[in-house]
Amino acid sequence: MLKIENLHVEVEDKAILKGIDLEVKPGEVHAIMGPNGSGKSTLAQVLAGREDYEITKGSVAFGGEDLLDMAPEERAREGLFLAFQYPVEIPGVSNTYFLKAALNAVRKHRGEDEIDAVDFLKLAREKMKLVEMDEKLLGRPVNDGFSGGEKKRNEIFHMAVLDPKVAVLDETDSGLDIDALRIVSDGVNAMRNENRSFVVITHYQRLLDYIVPDVVHVLLDGRIVQTGGKELATELEEKGYSWLENDVAAAATA
Amino acid sequence: MDAVRDSTSAHLAGYESFARQLGNQPEHVVNLRKSGLDRFCDLGFPTTRQEAWRKTNVRRIAQGTFDRTTGVEGVDRARVEPFAVPGCTELVLVGGRRAEALERSAATLPEGAVVSSLAEAIESHPEVIEAHLGRYAPIDEHPFAALNQAWLEDGAFVYIPRGVVVEAPIHVMLIGHQPGEAPSVCYPRNLIVAEENSQVTVIETYAGHTGQHYFTCPVTEIAAAQNAIVDHYKLQEESTDAFHMAMQKSHQARSSYVFSHSLSHGGALVRNDIRAMLAGEGIECTLNGLYLGRGTQHVDHHMFVDHAFPNCHSYELYKGVLEEHARAVFNGTIHVHQDAQKTDAKQSNRNLLLSKNAMVSSNPQLIIFADDVRCTHGSTTGHLEDEAIFYLRSRGISEEAAKSLLTYAFAAEVLQEIRLDAIRTGFEEFLFTRLPKGDVVRQAV
Ligand SMILES: Nc1ncnc2c1ncn2[C@@H]1O[C@H](COP(=O)(O)OP(=O)(O)OP(=O)(O)O)[C@@H](O)[C@H]1O
Ligand SMILES: [Mg+2]
Repeated sequence: MLKIENLHVEVEDKAILKGIDLEVKPGEVHAIMGPNGSGKSTLAQVLAGREDYEITKGSVAFGGEDLLDMAPEERAREGLFLAFQYPVEIPGVSNTYFLKAALNAVRKHRGEDEIDAVDFLKLAREKMKLVEMDEKLLGRPVNDGFSGGEKKRNEIFHMAVLDPKVAVLDETDSGLDIDALRIVSDGVNAMRNENRSFVVITHYQRLLDYIVPDVVHVLLDGRIVQTGGKELATELEEKGYSWLENDVAAAATA
Repeated sequence: MDAVRDSTSAHLAGYESFARQLGNQPEHVVNLRKSGLDRFCDLGFPTTRQEAWRKTNVRRIAQGTFDRTTGVEGVDRARVEPFAVPGCTELVLVGGRRAEALERSAATLPEGAVVSSLAEAIESHPEVIEAHLGRYAPIDEHPFAALNQAWLEDGAFVYIPRGVVVEAPIHVMLIGHQPGEAPSVCYPRNLIVAEENSQVTVIETYAGHTGQHYFTCPVTEIAAAQNAIVDHYKLQEESTDAFHMAMQKSHQARSSYVFSHSLSHGGALVRNDIRAMLAGEGIECTLNGLYLGRGTQHVDHHMFVDHAFPNCHSYELYKGVLEEHARAVFNGTIHVHQDAQKTDAKQSNRNLLLSKNAMVSSNPQLIIFADDVRCTHGSTTGHLEDEAIFYLRSRGISEEAAKSLLTYAFAAEVLQEIRLDAIRTGFEEFLFTRLPKGDVVRQAV
């Protein structure tokens, strides 16, 4: 579904990602953990098509196509979704109508008819229930004045409406209390199926207790230094990253 | 110096016979013209060495030759219709002259209210003219206002007597018109008088068709007596080959409300001087505006709010969207006199540049002599945020649509304040057609 090979990324001549290899098969959930500044969001943003980053080496295939060759909107229409670590506030643009326009862009790309206002509202209401989002947030401008938790729910709500093939969730758990975490996780779990894949970025094992991953990767200083099953998350929670950092340092000097 | 004198006199060609022919008008009117002429001859056209005109070069007007329009020949309703606003009482002026046959009115005026040309009003309402005309508009420092006054002859006249509420908006349509080969000029002089406790909405539309070369030099005076409520809209939709140099002055008495909205997107070279005198306690004054520029358009707004009495509120929000090589100037002054305690005045100017060649010069300022006041002012100029564009694109919205959507959202803040639905929705519709992906925007807002 998503195949990242030897991906190198720089920003302002500074190497951030230093050779990432990652393959996500249909239906799989991959977790990426790693300390602050290790490059998790950079990877997520590069996948979504953010242009501030320079890709110096490597490739990404998405459903067999060259992902890096597509504009951000094409990626979204092809079924890639990024839930932002910091969702952007857009005053003056209505959350509902904007999402309807986005959905119609996706549908048009798939060769489907545009959805009308009534059907869209029905769909939106149904998907809001999934994350128990307050209906009044529908009428407000995108993320404008939303609390941290509301923004994260709104991201998952957008995802549910747009129905992607691969969803990258960048620290969707930060800013959520334990109840909200459970609700949002249930929402994500309800969307899991054999065709849809997830890449879940987080610092904490707790999220992974709810969204149980098939594979866990550790990203350190722009490299995946460890890959394992869900028990790796528990190990990281207990030991932190320092034991891996030592490994990396040892590897680098060896 | 000779060049200056030449350009001044070129704009006064035929003046003697013009003045002679109107010589039997009331003394007040004759004197106004005389003072306008004297003042204009003293001032001449402004140069960029003068502070108030530093960023706006009017050489193209000063050195141009324009024929004064005298009639409405060759203009039919089809030329007017695109600018009509539904549900209004219309007054149509073509090249500064009333064209009654082109007016379509959806409502009848209440008893005593008058909507006519100024020329008619000078005959029919000499006492109102004497009491108000030329009492407010400052010509001393403003060459174009002085020039307008020198040529004072016709324009729009709106008079609402004491206690009268006019429900249907009054739409004054001033259609720019170039009848012959040469560029033309007209000097509309408009007077809006709202007596005590009256209420009225007046729209002034300045419009013309692309390719028409002309110069409009209007002055509008608005007198709002005690407790009067005046909603004023100015839509500047001149031909993009036209020049527009306008002065608008409102004079407010105790507890009156004036809501002024200026929506400006036409003209090659445009200047709006908008001034408000708050001459009583408990006044509310809103001056909002939106200006759009593209190509090589130049649009300049000079605002002046004069707080002379205590307990008044003034709010100003002006926003600009500039594309391509467009230039904008914003100069806003709030002047709070020593006696004007408890003044609450806000002024903000925000500009969005859509190209690296667009430019804005913004200069808001406060001059405060009272000590117990709340005054704020601010100005920002920026580009669309990459973060926001990327966020929208990451949901499947195209880059162009994302930019249009964000541009619309920027402008919409001003439109939201518009209380007259027909104007608000009309301008929204205009933006949908102007923005590159307006169809997506229409769906998404
Ligand atoms: N646009 C940018 N310009 C300059 N430096 C950047 C930019 N984006 C990221 N970086 C740098 O790249 C590194 C990786 O940042 P990134 O946001 O990907 O980390 P992260 O793993 O997501 O961290 P966190 O856990 O704090 O979210 C950091 O050192 C950061 O400062
Ligand atoms: Mg991050």
